[in-house]
Amino acid sequence: MNKAIARTALRGLVWLIYAALAAGIVWGIAYLVRINGPVYFVQSVIDGLRLGFVYALIALGYTMVYGIVRLINFAHGDVFMVGAFTSFYAISRYGWGFVPAILLAMIVCTLLNVIIERIAYKPLRNAPRIAALITAIGVSFFLEYFTALRWVFSADYITYKRPFEVVVWNLKGVLITNITVIIVGVTIGLLVLLQFIINRTKIGKAMRATSDDKPASRLMGINVDGIISLTFAIGAALAGAGGVLYAIAFPQIWTFMGIMPGLKAFVAAVLGGIGNILGALVGSLLMGTVDVMVVSFVPNGSRLRDLFAFLILIIVFLVKPTGIFGETQIEKV
Amino acid sequence: MKRRFTIPTWIPTLVFAAAIYLAVRYATQTETITRYWYQVIQFAAITAISALGLNLIYGFNGQFSLGHVGFYAIGAYGSALITKDFGRNPWSGDRVGALSWIIAAQLGILLVLAAFRYLRIGRLRQRVRSTLASSLQPHECNVICLLLTLAITALILAAGYYATIGLHWVAYRLNTALYAALPQKLGVAVNFAVAILSGGTMAALVSYLVGLPLLRLGSDYFGIATLGFAIMMYTALQNSDLVIETMKGARGMVGIPPYTTWTWAFGALVVCAIIMRNLIRSSQGRAIISVREDEIAARAMGINVAQQKAMAFSFGGFFAGIAGALFAHLYGFLHPSSFNMIKGFDPLIIIVFGGLGSMTGTIVASIGFALLIEGLRVILPQGFEDWRFVIYPILLLLVMLLRQEGLLGTREWGWLRAPLPPDRDIPVPPRALAAQRAGGNNSEEA
Repeated sequence: MNKAIARTALRGLVWLIYAALAAGIVWGIAYLVRINGPVYFVQSVIDGLRLGFVYALIALGYTMVYGIVRLINFAHGDVFMVGAFTSFYAISRYGWGFVPAILLAMIVCTLLNVIIERIAYKPLRNAPRIAALITAIGVSFFLEYFTALRWVFSADYITYKRPFEVVVWNLKGVLITNITVIIVGVTIGLLVLLQFIINRTKIGKAMRATSDDKPASRLMGINVDGIISLTFAIGAALAGAGGVLYAIAFPQIWTFMGIMPGLKAFVAAVLGGIGNILGALVGSLLMGTVDVMVVSFVPNGSRLRDLFAFLILIIVFLVKPTGIFGETQIEKV
Repeated sequence: MKRRFTIPTWIPTLVFAAAIYLAVRYATQTETITRYWYQVIQFAAITAISALGLNLIYGFNGQFSLGHVGFYAIGAYGSALITKDFGRNPWSGDRVGALSWIIAAQLGILLVLAAFRYLRIGRLRQRVRSTLASSLQPHECNVICLLLTLAITALILAAGYYATIGLHWVAYRLNTALYAALPQKLGVAVNFAVAILSGGTMAALVSYLVGLPLLRLGSDYFGIATLGFAIMMYTALQNSDLVIETMKGARGMVGIPPYTTWTWAFGALVVCAIIMRNLIRSSQGRAIISVREDEIAARAMGINVAQQKAMAFSFGGFFAGIAGALFAHLYGFLHPSSFNMIKGFDPLIIIVFGGLGSMTGTIVASIGFALLIEGLRVILPQGFEDWRFVIYPILLLLVMLLRQEGLLGTREWGWLRAPLPPDRDIPVPPRALAAQRAGGNNSEEA
C-alpha cells in the first residue's frame, strides 16, 4: 500500500518536472517573442535558417569525408573560402552571371580538394588518424597564409559585388530577400542531387559500401581510392557553392573567412551525428538559428556568438557524443 | 657481468645547461645580443615549458589536445592580475586583493572537488536507481536521479561558495601580514613567484575540470572539444572587460610589470623539465605511457585509465599555466590575439617536429621554432615577411609526410633518458633463454 503511494508520488513528481520543462520552453519562446515583438523574432529565425542552409553545404563535406576516411578535414573551411574568392573574381573581373560563377567555384574547389587529397592525405591512409589530422591543419594554414600573400588574394577585406540586384519582399514587417530564396533553393537542390547520387546510383552504392567496410569493398572490386577522391570532390563542390552563397549573404570576403564558418559547420555536423547526411542538415539549421538568436537576443551577443557555438559543441559531446542521429559505436579490441 | 664505472648522466646535462645559462647571461651583460634577441631567447624557453606540457598530454599520454593555448592564457591573465594588483595603483583597491581571491577560489574549487570525490554521489545514485527500477520506468528513474544529482551539486556548490568567501578572509589577512613583514624587494620577488605558481595551479585546476568529462571522448573528438574550449577561452578573453575592467578585453591588458628575466625563464624551464622527467620515469609515468600504448591493455593491467589521463592532462595544463605566467611578464602587455587558435597550434607543431614522446626533442624544437620564426623575419628579404607562415605549414607537411616520428623520435639525451636498470649479476634461467630463442624464431616465421 505504502509502496503504491510512494510510486504514484514519484511518478507525479516526474511528470511535474516534464511539465515544468515544457512550460519553461514555451515561456522562454514567448518571452523572446515579447521583448522585441513577433516580427523581430520571426525575422531572426528566418535569418538563422538562411545561415543554417549555408552551414549545411559546408557540413555535408565534413560529414561525408568523415564518414568515409574518419578524417576531420580542417582544410574544408579554406576550400569554402577559395570558392568565395573564385566567384568574386569571376563576377567582378569578368562580369560573369550568378550561375556560371557558382559552377566555376564548384569546379575550382573540386580540383583543389582532389589535389589536396592526393598530395597530403593519400600517403597517410595507413598512418594513425591523428597524423592526417595534423596534416589537415597544415594544409589549412598553408591555404590561408598562401592566399593572403599580396599577389594571390591579398590579406585585405574585400567587398563582394553581388551578381544581381537585391529584391526585398515585405511580409507584414518580416523582410525576405531574394538572397534567402536563392540560398534555400540552391541548398535544397544540391541536397536532393546528393541524396539521388548516394541512394540511387552505382557510385553512391560504392560510397556507402566504402564507408561501411573498406577492405570488404575492395574485395568486391570497388576502386576505394577513387571513391575516396570522389567523396572529397563532392564535398568540395558543395563547399564551393556554400562559399558563393555565404559571400552573397554577407558581402565581405578575406582569406581567413573560412575558419569560423568551417568550425561551426563541423560543430553542426557533430550535432547532427557525424557521418549522417540528414543529421548534417538538421544540425546546421539548429546551429545557424542559435548563432543568429544569440546575436539578436543575448546582451553583447554579437561579441559572444562563438562562445555559444562551442558551448553547444561541448554540451553535445557531454550528453550524446554521437549526435542527434548518430549511432553508438562500440570500440572493438 | 662486471660493473663498469660510468659518469652519471646528470653531470654532462648539468654542465650543458649551466653553460647555456651563463652564455646567454654573459651575452646580455656585454650586450653582444640586442634586447630584441634577448626577449626571443626568453620566449624560446617559455615556449619550451608550454610544449613540454603538451608533449606530456599528447606525446606521452596520447590524448590529442588542441586546447593547450587556453590553459596558457589562463596562466597569463591570472598571474598578470596578481602582479598588476601588487603595484602602486592596485586595480582591485588593495595590493593583495586579487591574490587572496585567486587563492581562495582555487582552494574552494579543490574543496568542491574533494566533496564530489568523497561523498560518492555516483554510488548513491546507483543505489537510488536500483531501488526505483522495480517500480518505475527507466526514463522516470533517469529524471529522478538527474534531479537528485542536480540538487546535491547545487548544495555542494553553494557550500563551496561560502567556503571560498571564508577562505578569502583568511587568505587576505595572511597575505597582508606576510607582505608587511617582507622587505620591499623580496616582497616583489615572492609575489612574482606566487603569481607564476598560481598561474600554473589555476591552469591545472581548469584543465582538470575540463578534462574530467571530455577525456572520455575518443581521440579526434577530444581534440575538437579542446579546440572548442580554446576558442571559447579566446572569445571570453576578448570580452573580459565585461567582468573585470582591468583585463581590458580586446583592447589588450597593459601595465603588467615586466618581471620576467632570463634567470626566471630558464629556472622555470629547468624545474619543469626535472618535474616532468621524474614524473615520466616513475611508476606513475609508466602508467601514463601505457595509456598511450593501449588503453584496453592498460585497463586490463589494473591501471585507472581515467585517472591517468586526468593526471597527465592537469600536469600539462600546469606547465602551460607557468609558461603563460612568464609570458605575461615578458612584454608587460597581453592581448587576446596572442592566444587565438592559430597561435594554439604552435606547441603542437613543436612537439611534432621534435618528436612525440621526446623531451629533448621538444626543448630543441621550441628553441629552433622561436629562432626560426624570428630568424625568418631577418633572413627573408624586404616584402617577403608574409612568407614566414607559408613556409612553416610546408615544413609541417613535409615532416608529417616524410618523417612522422619527428626529428628525434622518442630518443632522449643525457639525464632526460630513462635510467638504466641497475647492473646486477642475475643469471638468466636456461628455460627462459630457450623460450627467448623459440620466441625469436616464431616472430621471424610470422
